[in-house]
Amino acid sequence: MALLQIAEPGMSAAPHQHRLAVGIDLGTTNSLVATVRSGMSTVLHDEKGHALLPSVVRYLTDGAIDVGYAAQAQQSRDPQNTIVSVKRFMGRGLNDLADQAHIPYRFIDAPGMVQIETRAGIKSPVEVSAEILKALRLRAEKALGGELTGAVITVPAYFDDAQRQATKDAARLAGLTVLRLLNEPTAAAVAYGLDNGAEGVYIIYDLGGGTFDVSILRLSKGVFEVLSTNGDSALGGDDFDRRIFCWILEQAKLPPLNAEDTRLLLTKAREVKEWLTEHHEVQITSVLSNGDVINLHLTAEEFVDLTSHLVAKTLNPTRKAMRDAGLTVEDIKGVVMVGGATRMPHIRQAVAEYFGQEPLTNLDPDKVVALGAAIQANVLAGNRSDDDLLLLDVIPLSLGLETMGGLVEKVIPRNSTLPVARAQDFTTFKDGQTAMSIHVVQGERELVSDCRSLARFELRGIPPMAAGAARIRVTFQVDADGLLSVTAREQTSGVESHIVVKPSYGLSEDTITGMLQSSFASAESDKQTRALREAQVDAQRLLEAINAALQQDGDALLSPDERAAIEQDMQALQTLIAQDDSHAITRAVDALNHATETFAARRMDASVKQAFAGQNLNSLEI
Amino acid sequence: MQDSSSNHFSLFGLPATFAIDTALLDQRYRQLQSEVHPDKFAAASSTEKLRSMQWATSANEAYRTLKNPAARARYLLELQGVHTDEESNTAMPADFLMQQMEWREAIEEARDAKDLTALDKLLNEIQGAAKELQQALEQQLGGTSPELSAAAGSVRKLSFIDKLREDILQSMEKLEA
Repeated sequence: MALLQIAEPGMSAAPHQHRLAVGIDLGTTNSLVATVRSGMSTVLHDEKGHALLPSVVRYLTDGAIDVGYAAQAQQSRDPQNTIVSVKRFMGRGLNDLADQAHIPYRFIDAPGMVQIETRAGIKSPVEVSAEILKALRLRAEKALGGELTGAVITVPAYFDDAQRQATKDAARLAGLTVLRLLNEPTAAAVAYGLDNGAEGVYIIYDLGGGTFDVSILRLSKGVFEVLSTNGDSALGGDDFDRRIFCWILEQAKLPPLNAEDTRLLLTKAREVKEWLTEHHEVQITSVLSNGDVINLHLTAEEFVDLTSHLVAKTLNPTRKAMRDAGLTVEDIKGVVMVGGATRMPHIRQAVAEYFGQEPLTNLDPDKVVALGAAIQANVLAGNRSDDDLLLLDVIPLSLGLETMGGLVEKVIPRNSTLPVARAQDFTTFKDGQTAMSIHVVQGERELVSDCRSLARFELRGIPPMAAGAARIRVTFQVDADGLLSVTAREQTSGVESHIVVKPSYGLSEDTITGMLQSSFASAESDKQTRALREAQVDAQRLLEAINAALQQDGDALLSPDERAAIEQDMQALQTLIAQDDSHAITRAVDALNHATETFAARRMDASVKQAFAGQNLNSLEI
Repeated sequence: MQDSSSNHFSLFGLPATFAIDTALLDQRYRQLQSEVHPDKFAAASSTEKLRSMQWATSANEAYRTLKNPAARARYLLELQGVHTDEESNTAMPADFLMQQMEWREAIEEARDAKDLTALDKLLNEIQGAAKELQQALEQQLGGTSPELSAAAGSVRKLSFIDKLREDILQSMEKLEA
């Protein structure tokens, strides 16, 4: 483990140090990690030279865990302990999963998120995903020679709050600091746009292994502004495999298969799909576990017919996104294809027909998301000083509250630019009502039962009043990661209740801490040393941040006395870092944060003035 | 957050008028976000992060309000103490109500007949009506003696038309699904 670097008080640790930051594409089928080296975004390979890491995790009999190719190689032999396409289960309950019959796992219905029984015990999709992320973290640390400052993790744009939260939990569990959750199509747009100096309105059509996204972006001088997004978080290349799989079952008149044969034929189906991308026909042969031989012939035309409804299914979200952005196909400068599934010729053809232009395929559709994420990670870690990249993303699905009669009152409409906050006032229904139950949902439908339930909580202690007299203001805040927090406040009494939306679909903070502890229990660090280490790292980051701010604006924005007061608190914290009391460090961090509030406000005001400086001179007319 | 004297217009350094230079609004919005967006404060203290989120949230809210003509007019009226009260004040001129009913019937007919082309035509028609109301608002809110209550009426009409537009879009989505 690398030692913490501690600089002299009042000095920044190493002002021009390059911080190690990566972009991670956590895909349904494959995952990748990329970083910016010498100004170039590059995908990091494993020691065998593979860029892709198959998103497959296998729990072995001896307690070991295989991730990637090794796990993939055994998937047909050990299907119940080899988890593939785990992304499809993130933030999903058992009843959300379509055609479970064809998924060879022992599912356990758990509150919020489905779990999978393996020989290593019951695993949540978050834990399985964490294994993939951990493998990528180790790959990056080995390649870059140090601990990572942080990572940008990509998620499908159409992921809802539960799925995003699950992804963030997985990253934390893998020991990663999440700099930002970034939408996959936006990441692709960054890689494409910066590479090609693109300006204008672009469509990103992203069909991955298990998810489909379409985003419309306006690119202008380094600003990537998402105008609208739509998609289907349960539609991807996997569905094309499954269609072939079902066709094989029908053609060969097979009875229900065991888990091994199911996995065998699903794998075969994927090979068939990939083959037909470049060939006209294929001979399918397989030997099942009972010795039965399958021998079938499939042409590319037949494959197109089998899957045309899936291609059509991607065009509906595309139309919706166009309508939400208020655009017609004439407004579109280019269509960028992302995701391995867009290699299929009939998909390219359908997209070309819809937009009346050939889609752009000059970037590797498997890598473009990770490359874009790495660029954003590099900016967020503070390695890029020129301020010429800004991503303005949106929330994909409306957020609302349950009102009388099981109806949804939308509070934040879909495609609102992040971050966004919106408040809505509600009142009591009965005389003397002292509590109110608040049910937060996400989705576009009118009925609560048709939307995803994100959280329920109660505002208690409302002073008894006549029905309709109380004023309860519910405020939704969605941050730049697309994650929601909700505050409810009774206006006359000030009674308040706040919730970061996690409980019903994410893991609770206690569960995560428990998992982190157990995963580190075998290492030398116990609970206290880990807590201490985290506190030290946080404190060091804060000191660096304030140091940088002081160097930049300390003289201009602070009086000598004000500056001295802040430096005194910094000194106090610096002394505590060297000691081993994590609580004392946390308290000193809070105190220092508090002490710098005025300074932070002045810096922000100065930035805003800076934004419009010299504008009265008419020099900013376009 | 920002000082209390500021409003959505001054946040972008624009005059508080209905007729605005939308290209300039777009440009100022991006300039402001380039300074205050949370991505610019990823390595900052939590105090600065919080402030950045508040600023970026305000910038988004202001931009959204000014970008949409009905929201912009409503906001301008509010700045002058006139509330449009769309929820409670639903009294409309008879001819406007007649036109509304005709549109609603036409939407229902097209929906029942699953006629996407007819829905598309209706969409164009009401978008034309919205444009006319926006031009009226420019008159009502511009000039030396603005007609505030007439403008409030136009905003209420625009809200009606917005709802119709939503209905058409939803019907189209259902037909395409």
